[in-house]
Amino acid sequence: MMIRFSAEGNVSKSRMVSRRMFMLTVAKTVVFAGIFGRLVSLQINESKKYRTLSDKNRFREWRLAPQRGVIKDYFGKEIASNEKVYQLHITPENSSDIDKLFFRLKSILNISNERINFLKKKIAKQKPWEPIIVSENLSWTDFSRVNLFLHELQGVKPVVSVARIYPDNSTSHLVGYVSELSAKDLKQKEYLREMAVTGIAVGKTGLENTLDQNIIGKVGFQRYEVNAYGKRIKQIQIDKGQSGTNYDTTIDLDIQKTAANLIQDKSAAVCVMDIYNGDVVAMASSPTYDPNAFVHGIKSEYWKYLLDHRDKPLMNKALSGLYPPGSTIKTIVALSALENDVASTNLKVRCRGVIELYGEKFHCWKKKGHGYMDMRTAIQRSCDVYFYEVAKRLGVDRLSKTAKKFGLGQKVLPGFAEEKTGVVPNTKWKKKFIGQNWYLGETLHSGIGQGYYQSTPMQLCLMTAQIANGGFQIQPRIILDPKNKKNNLKEYIDYKSNNPDDPLPTDLLISSFNLTPLFRNQENINFVKEAMYAATNEAGGTSYKSRMKSKKFMFAGKTGSSQVKRFTAEQREAEIKQNEIVYEDRDHALFVAFAPVHNPKYSISVIVEHGGSGSSAAAPVAKKVIKHLLEKDDARSMRSNYLGGLKI
Amino acid sequence: MFTPRSIQSSLSLRQKLISMDYILIFSVLTLGIVSMFAMYYTAGGEFDYHTKSHIIRFTIFFILFFIISFFQIRFWHNTSFFIYFVFFLLLLGVKYFGLTSSGSQRWINFYFMNLQPSELMKVGLILFLAKYYHRISSNDVNRIKFLFVPIVALIAPILLVITQPDLGTSILIAAGGIGVAWLAGVKIKFFAYLSILFISLAPVAISFLKPYQKSRILTFLNPDRDPLGAGYQIIQSKIAIGSGGLFGKGFLNGSQSYLDFLPEKHTDFIFTLFSEEFGFFGSVFILLLYILIISRMVKIGHQTRSNFGKLYCYGFSTAFFVYVIVNMGMVLGLLPIVGAPLPIMSYGGSSMLTIMFGLGIVMSCKIYKDVPVN
Repeated sequence: MMIRFSAEGNVSKSRMVSRRMFMLTVAKTVVFAGIFGRLVSLQINESKKYRTLSDKNRFREWRLAPQRGVIKDYFGKEIASNEKVYQLHITPENSSDIDKLFFRLKSILNISNERINFLKKKIAKQKPWEPIIVSENLSWTDFSRVNLFLHELQGVKPVVSVARIYPDNSTSHLVGYVSELSAKDLKQKEYLREMAVTGIAVGKTGLENTLDQNIIGKVGFQRYEVNAYGKRIKQIQIDKGQSGTNYDTTIDLDIQKTAANLIQDKSAAVCVMDIYNGDVVAMASSPTYDPNAFVHGIKSEYWKYLLDHRDKPLMNKALSGLYPPGSTIKTIVALSALENDVASTNLKVRCRGVIELYGEKFHCWKKKGHGYMDMRTAIQRSCDVYFYEVAKRLGVDRLSKTAKKFGLGQKVLPGFAEEKTGVVPNTKWKKKFIGQNWYLGETLHSGIGQGYYQSTPMQLCLMTAQIANGGFQIQPRIILDPKNKKNNLKEYIDYKSNNPDDPLPTDLLISSFNLTPLFRNQENINFVKEAMYAATNEAGGTSYKSRMKSKKFMFAGKTGSSQVKRFTAEQREAEIKQNEIVYEDRDHALFVAFAPVHNPKYSISVIVEHGGSGSSAAAPVAKKVIKHLLEKDDARSMRSNYLGGLKI
Repeated sequence: MFTPRSIQSSLSLRQKLISMDYILIFSVLTLGIVSMFAMYYTAGGEFDYHTKSHIIRFTIFFILFFIISFFQIRFWHNTSFFIYFVFFLLLLGVKYFGLTSSGSQRWINFYFMNLQPSELMKVGLILFLAKYYHRISSNDVNRIKFLFVPIVALIAPILLVITQPDLGTSILIAAGGIGVAWLAGVKIKFFAYLSILFISLAPVAISFLKPYQKSRILTFLNPDRDPLGAGYQIIQSKIAIGSGGLFGKGFLNGSQSYLDFLPEKHTDFIFTLFSEEFGFFGSVFILLLYILIISRMVKIGHQTRSNFGKLYCYGFSTAFFVYVIVNMGMVLGLLPIVGAPLPIMSYGGSSMLTIMFGLGIVMSCKIYKDVPVN
């Protein structure tokens, strides 16, 4: 009985076990299906996402700042170069205690608390393996001291790097400067977005800014595979990057220095240009500043000094300074009148020192008056009354046309963001920008380069160049373009002197040389040039005192003094001298010239802010620059031939 | 008198070999070989200590698997209680002579290996309960009086293991025991009572949990809670598996593992490592091998005449299933990280020994399937 019962129990137990096992098997199948589903979701559906995450884990990129291209002058002297600097980098990841590290560093080097706070904030923002620069430019003593204590400075890396250096302050304004990449730069310059690398410097002004995209070079990178602890396992890829393009300029550093030295105590600008190809030989602005101060972060005292300075050292006055052209525009007024047949060179006007027109008194700078003037003597002596008459006949619109043709009222030197346009007023302009009708009296002011007229020294230099070269359009340039060395104008002039009997009509000949004449009748240009010769080289001329007697150095120029503030009747009566009034109210002194007088090659413009008269403040500067310029002329021609030869 | 061969209590070696389940053996061997390769590339393609000792262990325990299976099932039935008590004594021994590593006391040093008795207890409890429910009549199964012994046999080792502390293993021990009890016919309501008791005791239990265990549970609920701390393992494991894609990154190319982003890659996260290198197809291959092993065990249980054999095979297959699921669920981010090895694949002598021991008894059931145990 017991056995039977047990057997029966056995059977029922076995059935129970099997039934429950079946239920369990169903449950297991469901669970396995769940695991399978999870595998499908992770390894098929979301595989891409996890692949990316895995690569993010394993690759780290260190980017390398490229070396900036070098900027050279016409003779190959570096005006913006690179120097070896000693730097201190910290890789936050490698330091066990960053606070302690900074504390220790402070005792070794002279680092301010502000700098440390700034660095800590920066560290918090970036990836822990990206290095941060603690000191950009350490002295050799500091650098060796850090190396001595290196064993207790975990995470610190002394680095020998390369940074920008500007050998001469005379080129500050034209070369500009580089400084640390800012948020503003990133916004304005799209190409910088891929260049945000520790230690990269970005051009802020001048050529550094203009050429930045090419001169900055290409960022290199090293991609490493790293393990979970950040240790580099192997190098996956390396791209050394590319140092930036080197640039040659048309600047002659010697002339640039001479010009800068001559105006260093003044607030002034000098421009020198090759009248045939528009090469800017010098472009100096004063006072100047030290561009090297910006490279490794400018000190706040110096920055404040620059901003608060009365004479605005940061401003490139040659391109951004706006001055009424004053009497220097009389060449254009005369030319415009001749071209438009409203006056002949024989037009005679009697100057009594003042004329009254439209119920207003218009004064000549010479109170006693010049007496009877023709156009040549009016230019030579810069008679205002004569040009009131010419301007009255010409009208402001025709004058503005000629002025614009010769380069006023527009940006003339490509690529400088800071260049100003200036103003060449006409009736339309006044209606549009001032909202008023033109008064006839304003035409007379325009005739002597006052009133609304505003021009930059570079514009005046171009204007003079285009008169001096016989009235042909040229395009000023400062970057030597290896692809564009052709000098059509020079070729044309040479051709003409070699083939004086060429039967081809002049205009056809001109167009066959691809030139754009700015004149209707070249005689008019020659007349103006001749009058400028007289102004400098004949007794009674406004710049006669600054003339050069030696044939080699003779030049022709036109002075100008542009009023900053109108003289009151009392001041005029009292014959107040310029140096007796407050500095800010004194006239700007201007002088434009070309040289050598008989076979001109260069044009020059000089502006001395509040310098008084052009003949006493500006012309002497021009004289010295011209002397140096012509002394170096042979060297420049040889260099030009050499560079031209390189093309072939 | 004629007796069928399988009922004969003593068989020749040839007979024993013939009656073994070769699909099961083949699956186990395949997994073993796969695990050797897996171990080889945890070391980045070098024969290091782990790889060597894993190969040696697998070889020894695979032979042991055969030896165990040659013992009559009656022998295992008769010694069940004894084995349980030996394992229990070892567990107690851990309390007093155990080795401590990374904050928990789990091992006893036996010179040739560090034994983890809590692993052995996984099989010990199944053996004990299989015999217990084999012995009592089906009418008594749900009597309170007869529930007392299994509950004590279940709770006592679990308490010892939990206090080591080792949450993962104690859950796995419980899974096997509960599996056998349920298969034997213990009514659902008793499990419900037990779980109610457990839940009401949970706050007390949580206060006993180590901070790292608490954080693991919280992290499971939200892995992004602390991506560099406790959530790190889940995140990195998911990245490794997911980045494997359909075909995997290739042998020795699993960047997540050889660059050390994967934690504990030769133990708990061995499946992750394999998945990364062999992709979806590799993972499914492993999954299928486990399904095959489990279903063969269920089949053997089905063929076994004795209730002891049935309960043991079903119970062990269920426990084996739970081991696989807990580990895979963990590395796939479906379950919290509890520290559960993947059977056969994971590095670890005690775990390997336990699985081979358990499988050996299953095979013994197969060889002696028609032999009554008493």
